[in-house]
Amino acid sequence: MRFLFKTDYEDDIRLLPHSGYLYSYGTLLVLLLIAPFVLSSYLMSQLVFVCIYATVGVALLILTGFTGQASLGHAAFLAIGAYTAVYLQQFNVPFPVYFIAAGLLTAIIGAIVGFPALRLQGIYLVIATISFAFIVEEILARWESVTHGNEGMRVKTLQMFGTAVPRDGPAFYFLCLAVLILIIVGTLNLLRSPTGRAFVAIRDSETAARSMGINVSLYKVKSFAISAGITGLAGCLFAHKLSFISPEMFTLQLSIEFIIVILIGGTFSLHGAVLGAIFIVMIDPFLTYLKDDVPGMVAGVAAALGAGGERAAHIESNVAALASANGLKGAIYGIIIVLFVLFEPLGLYGRWLKIKLFFQLFPLYKRATFKRQKIYVKSERNR
Amino acid sequence: MSYFRAENLSLHFGGLKAVDAVSFAVEKGEILSIIGPNGAGKSSIFNLISRIYNPTSGRIFFEDEDITEVPAYGIARLGIARTFQNIELFENATVLSNLLVGRHRHSATRLWQELLFLPGVRRAEKEHRRRVEHVIELLDLEPYRDKLISGLPYGVRKVIELARALCSEPKLILLDEPSSGLNVEETDGMSFWIRDMKSELGITVVMVEHDMSLVNRVSDRVIALNYGRVLAMGTPGEVQRHPDVIAAYLGA
Repeated sequence: MRFLFKTDYEDDIRLLPHSGYLYSYGTLLVLLLIAPFVLSSYLMSQLVFVCIYATVGVALLILTGFTGQASLGHAAFLAIGAYTAVYLQQFNVPFPVYFIAAGLLTAIIGAIVGFPALRLQGIYLVIATISFAFIVEEILARWESVTHGNEGMRVKTLQMFGTAVPRDGPAFYFLCLAVLILIIVGTLNLLRSPTGRAFVAIRDSETAARSMGINVSLYKVKSFAISAGITGLAGCLFAHKLSFISPEMFTLQLSIEFIIVILIGGTFSLHGAVLGAIFIVMIDPFLTYLKDDVPGMVAGVAAALGAGGERAAHIESNVAALASANGLKGAIYGIIIVLFVLFEPLGLYGRWLKIKLFFQLFPLYKRATFKRQKIYVKSERNR
Repeated sequence: MSYFRAENLSLHFGGLKAVDAVSFAVEKGEILSIIGPNGAGKSSIFNLISRIYNPTSGRIFFEDEDITEVPAYGIARLGIARTFQNIELFENATVLSNLLVGRHRHSATRLWQELLFLPGVRRAEKEHRRRVEHVIELLDLEPYRDKLISGLPYGVRKVIELARALCSEPKLILLDEPSSGLNVEETDGMSFWIRDMKSELGITVVMVEHDMSLVNRVSDRVIALNYGRVLAMGTPGEVQRHPDVIAAYLGA
């Protein structure tokens, strides 16, 4: 185990506490850079989705994880970013301009959504953000002169500096990766400066934050704006990746997927956004596998256990019907959320930290190390 | 003119008069204690000063400025810090970042500068940490610097809350029951720190306290409250001998 001997205030400020981090993150970066030349095009496409989901995850972490304001409206922010980008693209606006414009417009709308949210807490805030998402979905479907309604909009190939960046090429992957890394570094910078600490203060005790001189309303709106803005940027990339957008892509289910990203990854660290994004992107291939292979396997097992041919076929068709049932995805999402909240509230990143600590302290690891204890009741009356 | 002044301060919840026409003044550099039985309105006065509640009537002045309409976050910017009766720390953050939040009123960096972590932000951060380190040293909090609040015992949290208030370099500090939940030794430590605050840091202290030995040791003046009204005001000895105060505590 390594002990950090701090001799300078810089030791608390720098992003990589010691050289070990430099090597591990450096290795990760090198692997990510050579990935497009090694991995299959299917895995590369998944990796691009991981980058985009992780970007949204970071955005949601700022709002939910660090400021403590829940949101089920991030699909709407993603949609606003996507539609802004595609709308501007029609008029031959260059990519950097409409990319930034998508972020800015979404940030402004995020700030506007933030204002009513100032008076709402907990479940009521969730309801408000869901209603916002429904309103946006409805506007996208009805405002046909701009959004082409339910017909959707075709996204032209991305043009940057006069060259085309096709959505399944390595250049587009590098673009998404660069955006993700820049956003993560920016967010880390924010978290180690007064604004980030103000966010955390608001999450843990608004009363105390106020009496320490933090303008709670202003910082909540800031948090909403930053979170929405980042989601808008991700929306622009999302539109390019899909090459076609329509209102039914940005439903409540997508917002829930984003919540799953941070719940499963871990809500206390940016690592959680990336781990959660990997998890959610890998669920789809897993479900496809479930549909294709599991019925046959179950039937095989049944046959081996002595079921007759007709009976095995019957079992196979039943399992196949179950695996391709409508709403199976939603049910699995629900189960995953419940299980994680109950048994792994710190998420995948929390589990990783526990495993790491287990080996560092072996054989002295205590299970209670990560238990949160509450030894007194906080007064609610000053809220 | 007094340093800090409350004039006819009232807080009514419907028919309940939690604070009823209370007037008092605090001189610069003094330690004033507010005592009284449970429900006398002591904490309510603090909540009125720090603008968690809006007064029904009355005005509050600080350094000859009317601060009755200043928003809650503005009070801290003026240099009035406070602690809470039921500790209000930022549970899932480290001691260091709790204390750094106390420095918030001194931070002047802009959002875009922070996103890029420009050299100016880095300089400001180091300065904040240097100041925080002074407070950590003063209150002997070195062993807990990087610990999460949620794992610390009550007595330590109490001191951290005091430290957080001190980190904002206040001119006036409001301590809401600084000794509640502390054992005799910890209370002793607290009394030294309160006197240090006055003599070394030049901070004016207003505190709500039940522990009369602590009140006697540190206060210059005492106000006794009951049912939202001022019963007596004066030196600790005078107030304790006042017949109304004895009646309020012992029942008449």
